[in-house]
Amino acid sequence: MAKQILLKNIEVPGLASFGVYRQLGGYSAVEKALANYTPDQVTNEVTRSGLRGRGGAGFPAGMKWGFIDKKTENPRYFVCNFDESEPGTFKDRHIGQLNPHQLIEGMILGSYALGAKTSYIYIRGELFYVLRIIEKAIDEAYKNGFLGNNILGSGFSLDLYCQPGAGAYICGEETALLESLEGKRGNPRIKPPFPAVVGLYGCPTVVNNVETIAALPWIINNGGEAYAEIGIGNSKGTKLISACGHINKPGVYEIELGLPVEEFIYSDQYCGGIRNGNKLKAVVAGGSSVPILPANLILKTAAGETRFMSYESLSEGGFQTGTMLGSGGFIVMDETACIVKNLLTFAKFYHHESCGQCSPCREGTGWMEKILHRIESGHGTMKDIDLLVDISKHIEGNTICPLGDAAAWPVASAIRHFREEFEEHVKLQKCPF
Amino acid sequence: MPLLKVTIDNIEVEVEAGTTIMNAARKIGGSVVPPAMCYYSKLEGSGGKCRTCLVKVAKGSSKDTRPMPKLVASCRTLVQDGMVVENRTSPEVMENRRAITEFLLLNHPLDCPVCDQAGECHLQDLSYEHGLEETRTEEDRRTFEPVDIGELIKLHMNRCILCYRCVMVADQITDKRVHGVLGRGDHSEISTQIAKAVDNDFSGNMIDVCPVGALTDKTFRFKSRVWFTKPFDAHRGCTKCGGKTVLWMKGDEVLRVTGRKDKYGELEEFICNSCRFEHKETADWVIEGARNIERHSVISQNHYEKLDLPENAVEGK
Repeated sequence: MAKQILLKNIEVPGLASFGVYRQLGGYSAVEKALANYTPDQVTNEVTRSGLRGRGGAGFPAGMKWGFIDKKTENPRYFVCNFDESEPGTFKDRHIGQLNPHQLIEGMILGSYALGAKTSYIYIRGELFYVLRIIEKAIDEAYKNGFLGNNILGSGFSLDLYCQPGAGAYICGEETALLESLEGKRGNPRIKPPFPAVVGLYGCPTVVNNVETIAALPWIINNGGEAYAEIGIGNSKGTKLISACGHINKPGVYEIELGLPVEEFIYSDQYCGGIRNGNKLKAVVAGGSSVPILPANLILKTAAGETRFMSYESLSEGGFQTGTMLGSGGFIVMDETACIVKNLLTFAKFYHHESCGQCSPCREGTGWMEKILHRIESGHGTMKDIDLLVDISKHIEGNTICPLGDAAAWPVASAIRHFREEFEEHVKLQKCPF
Repeated sequence: MPLLKVTIDNIEVEVEAGTTIMNAARKIGGSVVPPAMCYYSKLEGSGGKCRTCLVKVAKGSSKDTRPMPKLVASCRTLVQDGMVVENRTSPEVMENRRAITEFLLLNHPLDCPVCDQAGECHLQDLSYEHGLEETRTEEDRRTFEPVDIGELIKLHMNRCILCYRCVMVADQITDKRVHGVLGRGDHSEISTQIAKAVDNDFSGNMIDVCPVGALTDKTFRFKSRVWFTKPFDAHRGCTKCGGKTVLWMKGDEVLRVTGRKDKYGELEEFICNSCRFEHKETADWVIEGARNIERHSVISQNHYEKLDLPENAVEGK
């Protein structure tokens, strides 16, 4: 059984209440940090742990904290990115809904380390029922003296708010999130300046993913080094994977980074194999925006080595033969799945969610969706396939924020690995599935 | 403060710290200046959106000589000492500019023959220089009905490229903004919430900053093609603005009043609605003399000159 850090007590009834969480050792990390650690020592533990951002980019959390501008006299802010809306990703909701106090404890630790006196959890509007759970938990934390003025007599004060968005994927991009949190239209900002220098209300800000923040209590309790012992290479610790698609046991699993992909798909402990004993066709390994890989390349790298669930191993081979760990939205497709139809679904999503600020993404996403719709409905031509590749190439890297890349990569990779299937759609003038 | 040295298309220029690549290029002038559809030097925070001004930074600075990994928006990227920038001389940049032009035209109605902006349209210039000669799309374009946003301004949302300039004008020049961008993606639109009218002493500047024919002057609509009018610099004593304008005349008749635009199509000064819409008699104005329009669009008809391209320039398209 893999080490359980985030989901250890997740099945305990009533975990969302303060009493149960506290009984299981909750908030001991806050007690420990406020009594024994300076803010910088907390940051050092996180740096030592090798924890990487779990929102998708995998940027080292300690390093991100290190960038915050501490010289300014302006207040600093710590913000939790709970705008989880990538198709295939539903891990943060799991924590927020079942174990909100773990997230709050992490928020207190992060705010203490960064010197933030006000912090925000920005949650997507569709998760209103989770917002209610978190707000109740925040109230309990206030009542028990873990939030508010002079926490545990340490002199450190923190106000924590949970703010719902209006339901936009783009507000998961950290600068768009900050705009939205300020009450503006959620358009990503042009970087630089980065939020660590000019963030929320123009003040230094760190934005972290829910899962990243939820790992903080364990790291403080057990030490950064203990966390760094789990995992392989530069992929430390455990990761939540939300598995869905044509598998026997969809759900949220906590894995130690470095688990072989084959074991994750076929072991009864995790996905439990492909439904009806079907053949594995393709996997989107890290949420809809990462490149899709065919069965042979997801199980083994192009060089024939075993592929592991880790940042490095999944990206082995670059975009030609590799993919990314991303946010951990693991979408499995068996032989009955139509790649074109699946891609059309993704394209529709990105078209709908593009903020419309910069032209390549605004126009390109809609164009790709229309062409894919044409191919899927049997009216495509061979030229359309090349046109798709050309469009995706001109969106990628040319946009203000990564949404453009996220829309372009699935298209480019699907055609790279499954070109025959697109051609079959054109030849048959219909979807063969 | 020592000046920073930056090389753009093999031409060296010295600029102050805090200058963007775009403005360094404008200091050199000529064809090394990247086209700008959304950047407007007089509007704070503008730029970065249209992506037509993307350039390649082949060398970051003399300290960090690495090239930048992606093309950068020249209007929002500051120069570093020793930076080497490729605009016209980079095939990658020219290829991308073609692509961006295609994206901008994707949902554009191409109704130039009936559009008031024709002849002084930045999108026309851009596609003339960088666009493909044929279209690769057969899809339906997004369509909206033209609407009046106030007494004096007509909005053709079909033609809009969402540069946000008019939003910034309303934010920064007028007392109160009552219009903005609603919706998102290619279905987003410039609109006034709940049919509110744009009614402000300086709202007319929205028309001047619009790079395309999305916002047009209702007092001038369909009166004449711009190239049949003659522009004259003129001024009047105005209590609200500087009163320095351009009169667009046909014979003795003043057909239109606009602000004075420089060679990048940017207003030198914003003007008030009273000058723009209410003073259309020659007697209202002191005429200074004919205005020379430098831009190479239709308005300078019969004065097309071949672009003076820098050495090693790559052919576009």
